[in-house]
Amino acid sequence: MDSNTYPAGQRHRSRPTTDTLPTLRLPPRIARWQWLLAPAFGLALLLIWEAVARSGLYAAFIVPSPGDVAHRWREIAADGSLVRHTAVTLREVLTGLLIGVAAAFWLGYLIAKSRVVAYMLMPYLIALQAVPIVAIAPLLIIWFGPGIASKVIICALLVFFPMLVNTVLGVRNIPPELRDLMASLEATPLQTFWHLELPAALPIVLGGLKVSATLSVIGAVVGEFVSASEGLGYLINFGRGTYDTPLVIAIVLTLTALALALYGLAAWLEHLLLVWQDAGQS
Amino acid sequence: MQDQTILAAEHISHTYTGPSGDVHALNDVSLRLSRESFVCLVGPSGCGKSTLLRILAGLLRPLAGCVRLDSQVITRAQRRIGLVFQQANLMPWRTVSGNLSLPLELAQVPASEQDDRTRAMLELTGLHGFADAYPAELSGGMAQRVAIGRALIHDPEVLLLDEPFGSLDALTREQMSEELLHIWARHRKTVLMVTHSIPEAVLLADRVLVMSPRPGRLVDDVAIPLPRPRHLDTMHRPDFVALTEHLRRQIRAAR
Ligand SMILES: Nc1ncnc2c1ncn2[C@@H]1O[C@H](COP(=O)(O)OP(=O)(O)OP(=O)(O)O)[C@@H](O)[C@H]1O
Ligand SMILES: [Mg+2]
Repeated sequence: MDSNTYPAGQRHRSRPTTDTLPTLRLPPRIARWQWLLAPAFGLALLLIWEAVARSGLYAAFIVPSPGDVAHRWREIAADGSLVRHTAVTLREVLTGLLIGVAAAFWLGYLIAKSRVVAYMLMPYLIALQAVPIVAIAPLLIIWFGPGIASKVIICALLVFFPMLVNTVLGVRNIPPELRDLMASLEATPLQTFWHLELPAALPIVLGGLKVSATLSVIGAVVGEFVSASEGLGYLINFGRGTYDTPLVIAIVLTLTALALALYGLAAWLEHLLLVWQDAGQS
Repeated sequence: MQDQTILAAEHISHTYTGPSGDVHALNDVSLRLSRESFVCLVGPSGCGKSTLLRILAGLLRPLAGCVRLDSQVITRAQRRIGLVFQQANLMPWRTVSGNLSLPLELAQVPASEQDDRTRAMLELTGLHGFADAYPAELSGGMAQRVAIGRALIHDPEVLLLDEPFGSLDALTREQMSEELLHIWARHRKTVLMVTHSIPEAVLLADRVLVMSPRPGRLVDDVAIPLPRPRHLDTMHRPDFVALTEHLRRQIRAAR
């Protein structure tokens, strides 16, 4: 999990652009080949997988070879079904992410600003977080139907909490002296929001967005697992039912790429908006 | 005398109520700041100086008493009163010029005038080469100069400074005091400045107010009749030394 999930210890100054693992300094002799290390390891894994598949220890529908998977992936890419189902899932993911993140941001902002709202809502929001989404997914399908609405809601619920927590922390952590400054300049509430609260909370809020972005894919797939007639989650279910293991693996890899792309998009947004965080670092 | 006063505190008392009990911070403090005067406030740590400044700025409502700006009672912070805090308190996401222009942006000053005034303030604070630097790239003294520039840029009539040089080393601090004297001589603001340094207070001020330990009361009001303009060399004058000695005795007696 991303270290930004629980930003309690995250200070104003910390750089959310820092990745999960600390980067080690390699001796210069190896550093030149540093970029090769990860691809080399990946290739090794692929070779091991290929070896296991070819060894005949497992049937092909249990452990298909990487080649089988690639072949199946090209097949569904060629007949247009990959694009069609990916588009369905992507639409659910993006709608759910947008709704969940927007709702969490404004609610988090209200909670951070008002004790009354905080005391009134926080217990329920924490309880909501404790509800296993997978377990209530069937309920949501019953209520909102097997179409896109139920998936969007599941997705929005899943991305809601990390964004909410980060927004509350981000807005609450604003130095009171800066609030005093804005007050002494007779800033309006709207000016205070644009010129102080939003930029000050942004590093932590964007940390939440990165976590939410990856979770959103899970949300849509969970919904499609329970009941759907299209989407990547549906394809996995379909592949499992027909022992089409290469299809299942191909879709899992597609979903992973989708989640990574969304994370990358959020990270890029962060990089774009938080140039100032790189100042004075070296 | 009456119309000379720009900012006045009348019978201010304040008590903080908190989970660890009540803190009686200020007890019946009254003071008057004459237009264009430079007043310093000294007193032991924790006696309520920052509290008094926050009340004068309109950021904190006192439990008793009131603050008058031009004889009008104020109940909230005023743009006419500029603030400088102990820490530079800059916005880390804004560049130096962005921090300087903040008060102008909030007051919706036209963009071309913002640019002109920001450039002039960069000049005045000696930061021309650093217009596009972020606060994280500045030294403590430079950051504090930006903070002072930000407090001056929208031309407030009153300037309240809470230990503005508190976090600086002694050398930078002296240099900044002298710069502040220059700025004040040129712009003629009404200044109230909290400081822990008696020589600094004597060098800068027309009057030095002495506060007692908590609950803070004003126990002395010492006029500083040293001639102006003053420089760091002024600190070697025998009357300067005598005044610092006198103040030191007063503060000790107040404990
Ligand atoms: N927000 C607050 N809540 C409760 N007590 C407070 C608060 N702010 C200050 N105090 C208390 O009020 C007293 C006066 O505080 P204040 O900050 O005004 O002192 P000060 O004279 O500025 O001290 P220093 O010279 O160390 O800055 C202190 O005892 C402090 O503990
Ligand atoms: Mg103080």
